[in-house]
Amino acid sequence: MDDLGKNMTKEILNAKRLLCPLPVIRTQDKVKTMNAGDILEVICTDPGVMQDIPAWCRINGHKILETISAEMEYTIILQVA
Amino acid sequence: MNIGYGLVAQGIITYFYRILSVMSKQKKAVALISGGLDSLLAAKTVMEQGIHVEGINFFTGFCVEGHTHAIRKKDKASPKRNNALWSAEQLGIKLNIIDIIDEYKDVLINPKHGYGANMNPCLDCKVFMVHKAKQWIEENDFDFIITGEVIGQRPMSQRKDTMPVIAKESGADDLLVRPLCAKNLPLTLPEREGWIDREKLHGFSGRTRKPQLALADAFGFDDFAQPAGGCCFLTDKSYSNKLVDLWTARGRKEYDLDDVMLLKVGRHIRPKKNFKLIVAREEGEARFLQGYKKEFINMNCASHKGPLAMIDGEPSEEDLLLAAQLTARYGQGRDAEFVDVTIREKDGVERLVTVKPIKADQIPLQWMI
Repeated sequence: MDDLGKNMTKEILNAKRLLCPLPVIRTQDKVKTMNAGDILEVICTDPGVMQDIPAWCRINGHKILETISAEMEYTIILQVA
Repeated sequence: MNIGYGLVAQGIITYFYRILSVMSKQKKAVALISGGLDSLLAAKTVMEQGIHVEGINFFTGFCVEGHTHAIRKKDKASPKRNNALWSAEQLGIKLNIIDIIDEYKDVLINPKHGYGANMNPCLDCKVFMVHKAKQWIEENDFDFIITGEVIGQRPMSQRKDTMPVIAKESGADDLLVRPLCAKNLPLTLPEREGWIDREKLHGFSGRTRKPQLALADAFGFDDFAQPAGGCCFLTDKSYSNKLVDLWTARGRKEYDLDDVMLLKVGRHIRPKKNFKLIVAREEGEARFLQGYKKEFINMNCASHKGPLAMIDGEPSEEDLLLAAQLTARYGQGRDAEFVDVTIREKDGVERLVTVKPIKADQIPLQWMI
């Protein structure tokens, strides 16, 4: 995560307390404002995101870099296609 | 003269070039994807004809998808997948999920065509969604709209007399294709123009699911979702009762997303017009309600194990003691003579009260929403 390209940015999206599909919608809307190669970290509390955001990424061609599940918080790190 | 002929010839060539260009451009359709079988099949039927299809899914806030699974612990064993996303993945298409929570309020509060058996404004809802899809195809340069509607499948929005209403009032008119029952409906523009072959569309009708299941089998789909009561909480009697109660207590028809969510959670008990309790039925619901502790007075049993209860409204001190008795009723101290209950204000200030748990036969049936 530290070797981001010069023009790439990393952003964090707080989607806590939102239930699916709202975290997916917020992710979708955020990604629209980002550039290819940028990294987005989405932090959620709905465990459903562990299935839904990767599914959304797969159908839209974005790459899941990491998923973290800890203390009832779910973090998904993706790279915009 | 030669120049004139040249110009005419050039004009004719340009004209034919444009026609060829239009003919050769791959047509694009957007499919309303609910996550159910019908929309999956409708999209696939059109994709089979070489049309580029993308999905669109509208989130009203009342969708059964996801929420309840996330809230209720008992559903942990069942998959938490979003069926619209799953459908899109099966089809190999993009899915655009659109938040229409705010715009949808007017549909629910003032439905031109009224409600169905419960608070479901199905016809207005479909008109609204197809209208939004029409806007979407205009903004995204798509050619037509696909839905999974079947004549006679639903008592309000999918009848022979209401399906033309949807096409007309949405503004989609003959750009709206219903591939599963197209042969029972007038020709649409994509059929007339030869973008799709009407003979390869279907003539399903009625409530039977057999043709859909056969088509799913032919396409190789399995594991698809078939929600028994549709995919909307507004078709649910219990949920609709709670929504009407909320509006009645407030004296006006309005709601926000938190209201929509909280109506899905817990037992709702209204002893008086000025307040109601939302009592968690299990750990998953209690965990969800924890997130609202700063927005509602809340309470739970201190001397025994028991649920978290939120108090919605403007309760008096006497009301809070009644709420504490009710909260004690749903804990393990229900048969004890006294139960200590912690009452927590919105600012987190706590106090302890000791109450007699209310007996089951002391709770009038009309309190239970």
